[in-house]
Amino acid sequence: MSEFHNPSLPLRIGCGAGFSGDRTDAASPVVHDLVDGLRTMGGSAVLIFETLAERTLALAQLARVADPLAGYEPLLLAYLRPVLANCLLHGIRIVSNFGAANPVAAAQAIAELAHSLNLRVPRIAVVSGDDVRSHPEVLSLARSLPRPVVSANAYLGAQAIAQALNAGADIVVCGRVADPSLTLGPALAHFGWALDDWDALAGATMAGHLLECGAQVTGGYYADPGFKDLPDLAHVGFPIARIEADGSCILSKPLGTGGRIDSHTVKEQLLYEIDNPAAYMTPDVVADITAARVTEMGPDCVRLSGVQGHPRPTHLKVNLCHQNGWLAEAEISYAGPRAEGRARLAADILRERLPLLKSRVDLIGVSSIWADDAGAMLAALPDTGHTDVRLRIAASHEDKAVAEQLLREVNALYTCGPAGGGGVRTGLRPRLGLVSCLLPQASVPSRFDMWQPAAIGETV
Amino acid sequence: MNPGADTLVVTLDRLAHGRTGDKGNRSNISVIAWREEFWPVLVAQVTEDKVAQLFASRHPSRVQRYLLAQLQSMNFVIDDVLDGGVNSALNLDSHGKSFSFMLMSLLVEIPKAWKDRLAGPQ
Repeated sequence: MSEFHNPSLPLRIGCGAGFSGDRTDAASPVVHDLVDGLRTMGGSAVLIFETLAERTLALAQLARVADPLAGYEPLLLAYLRPVLANCLLHGIRIVSNFGAANPVAAAQAIAELAHSLNLRVPRIAVVSGDDVRSHPEVLSLARSLPRPVVSANAYLGAQAIAQALNAGADIVVCGRVADPSLTLGPALAHFGWALDDWDALAGATMAGHLLECGAQVTGGYYADPGFKDLPDLAHVGFPIARIEADGSCILSKPLGTGGRIDSHTVKEQLLYEIDNPAAYMTPDVVADITAARVTEMGPDCVRLSGVQGHPRPTHLKVNLCHQNGWLAEAEISYAGPRAEGRARLAADILRERLPLLKSRVDLIGVSSIWADDAGAMLAALPDTGHTDVRLRIAASHEDKAVAEQLLREVNALYTCGPAGGGGVRTGLRPRLGLVSCLLPQASVPSRFDMWQPAAIGETV
Repeated sequence: MNPGADTLVVTLDRLAHGRTGDKGNRSNISVIAWREEFWPVLVAQVTEDKVAQLFASRHPSRVQRYLLAQLQSMNFVIDDVLDGGVNSALNLDSHGKSFSFMLMSLLVEIPKAWKDRLAGPQ
């Protein structure tokens, strides 16, 4: 395999998934495009999968508690099976946070997948250090919470990823790392930037920000017929960024795929989940996009440049997830003449029957998501005579038995409620609460280890 | 809003587009001008006060606007508007993903001459 550090040749990074649950057939066209690029230009190529949202890791931790071999991205093998052979054959490195709460078990699963596909044994690096449940400051915070902590993970930066790639890893399996660090890590390794080359780090970080949500930069989550029309979202292409030596990037997508990349799709994603645009905080750098430029270079080809960087924060963000009672939800439909009036009567009955629960009621068909929890907006709306209304009621409570009453009361509307109600569905789920804190970077060391089959029994 | 003789009142989605993101109990909504000449009107009329009024039913504690003139884009950061955020909200849209379309329903007064340059059906 060629050396990954090769600053005079191109680095291209493609995205194969933008969240846990993303399409599993999106990565194949990306990998084909990356292979074509390696043939024509040489250089390095990387495929990233970003599959960890704020809650995903806590859910993975619960899965690991139930089964020591679980706790990584449930779709891991579905994502990798279509592309692993091509990636290993052509030296396309894979970097992902799909290790979730159990990166070692994920590494084992990947090794077994490679074996079952008769591929060579991949060098798999496992990044660790994000699990900070035993950190003294976290323990102290956990004691102050009313309910047990499920997970506590720091958002690690890009450095351990870069080190793993430089050490020859084919695949880098992480748990919690900051999403854009999945892109910055390969850029650090490829270009060998100084760790205080803030503008370059910030540029690649924003390239990572554009890539990390998959199709959200190529026309996904964008279409609005008549206002924002796009071709073939059923086969929307996932993005590929060519990172330049100064940290700027050029975004494209595989030929023949749907969607579009233009200055508007890029700006929507550039500002997605941004707070102060002059200070986008990551573990690696503080990025400033106030002087950034978004330039259309051609069809489905946009350049992002002019991102500036400032020294990285002294602290890492940590998310603690704790058990948080139960969420009860139930629905029932009313249709035909006076449906809205019958649904409103059902809501009144439920509130009277459930005095212990602070519930929220929606009348789907009238107002499903914009009203306030207390119901003031809905109460102020006159009955407008909607003839197809689905009542939804939701409440959370720390006591499962109390939460369950909501389900039973909606069921009881069949015989005790207004006329003609039908289609009751109920659900009861455990809730997770989230608390954030900051820890000094120096107190949260991260590292990588090359995964060894023999280590499984000890570490899982 | 009463338009003057030379002006027209339209919804914001004729001039701009946007997307919502969330972190905890904080929502951010981008407003991105479709054309460069729309930008000054957006800056003048799509203000923190107007957005706070629009979201009043969700009780925001603070609305902050950041301007990105080079990108003809602005970013609204709206605090405490997600009923506790994705982990504690009872709302079906616990992320507030749909908020960009609430913002796009804001009314804006524009020169009549722009009539043929607006996004959406003419």
